[in-house]
Amino acid sequence: MTDSDKGPLRGEVIEESVQLTLTELCHACGAQPDVIVELVDHGVIDPEGANAHDWRFAGDSLRRSRLALRLVRDLGVNVAGAGLALELMARIDHLQAVLDVLNPQRSRP
Amino acid sequence: MEFKDYYQTLGVAREATADDIKRAYRKLARKYHPDLSKMADAEARFKEVGEAYEVLKDAEKRAAYDKLGQHWRAAGARPGEDVKPPPGWDSGFEFRGAETEDLADLFESMFAHRTRRAAGGARGQGEDHHAKVQIDLEDAYRGARVTASLRMPTMDAEGRVTFTERRVEVDIPRGVREGQHLRLAGQGGPGHGGARAGDLYLEIVYRPHRLYHVERSDVTLVLPVAPWEAALGADVIVPTPAGRVQLTVPAGSTHGRRLRLKGRGIPGDPPGDLYAVLSVTWPPADTQAARKLYHQMAETMAFDPRATLEG
Repeated sequence: MTDSDKGPLRGEVIEESVQLTLTELCHACGAQPDVIVELVDHGVIDPEGANAHDWRFAGDSLRRSRLALRLVRDLGVNVAGAGLALELMARIDHLQAVLDVLNPQRSRP
Repeated sequence: MEFKDYYQTLGVAREATADDIKRAYRKLARKYHPDLSKMADAEARFKEVGEAYEVLKDAEKRAAYDKLGQHWRAAGARPGEDVKPPPGWDSGFEFRGAETEDLADLFESMFAHRTRRAAGGARGQGEDHHAKVQIDLEDAYRGARVTASLRMPTMDAEGRVTFTERRVEVDIPRGVREGQHLRLAGQGGPGHGGARAGDLYLEIVYRPHRLYHVERSDVTLVLPVAPWEAALGADVIVPTPAGRVQLTVPAGSTHGRRLRLKGRGIPGDPPGDLYAVLSVTWPPADTQAARKLYHQMAETMAFDPRATLEG
């Protein structure tokens, strides 16, 4: 099946032009609101707004939420553990970037 | 049907307890999780391990698998070999679904009455779908039109998930960064009962680049320079994803110095920066003239590179 005949699709960049509400984030992650609230409680994602009705999720909340939920589902870790894994993964990514510049020949394929 | 030794996949004995199996699975799941592992085949390994655990963790499925395994071993089958299950082997299990060639599908269909999700019960807006789309760094500088190949999960009336291939042409906006998501409204799963379709989220992934390393919106290039360019200063031509630019290497630069080209990183508001990290590269002393010059430097320059090692 191809959609090419309908012309190219145009999207919006979530992180730039759009902030997600709690409902939208739940739907995008296929998660119940209480799960997302738990992610917020543990500081895994950090919305703007005083209470859940006003929450606006920006930046990479979508990527972080989905990643954290995959770790919880696949590895049996709790939300705090998934949050810790995300912090460590971000540090590894940064160190890998530094390493790639220092050793351009030995960097990842 | 291909015989897969689920016990071997998890590295446990046939008589392993449920706890042994859980422990082995968790360890391997951490090792091969595609989000955590950098191994090229991590995703496939993770799926294999998950498939094995899905069957062995469940007493009923494990019993069915063991029964099937006895037959296979009796037939002298080795893992990976094709063997037909004996007729009637599945008696006592509720079996639904058509003939299948895949062991995982077989178990999925046998126990479909239990694994089935709430098919038909879903109402309202269609599911949001997610996919990754790979682009070149240059595409992020210019914007681009790419064709993405997507495997879309669809659930049939029995609640079983099948995948359909789908190609979409997408406009990638200029300045999009790795890890960002493009939301395509209404391109996800179909809505139920007249409700609107879900959205499709495309996560942007950059293909690795031969020259550039990207972190957030900053781009880094390792720039080789000759020793005299670093020492005396020079104007050099530097490639950037948006084309060549001239860069002044200040006199007295050393190996590893980072020179910033402000605003030449990923476009945006504000745009990222481009960093050229100097890599002083020495010409080989492979001719008479070159050796003479090195000798001349050694004699003329009072240079002790190990001065800093002295206490």
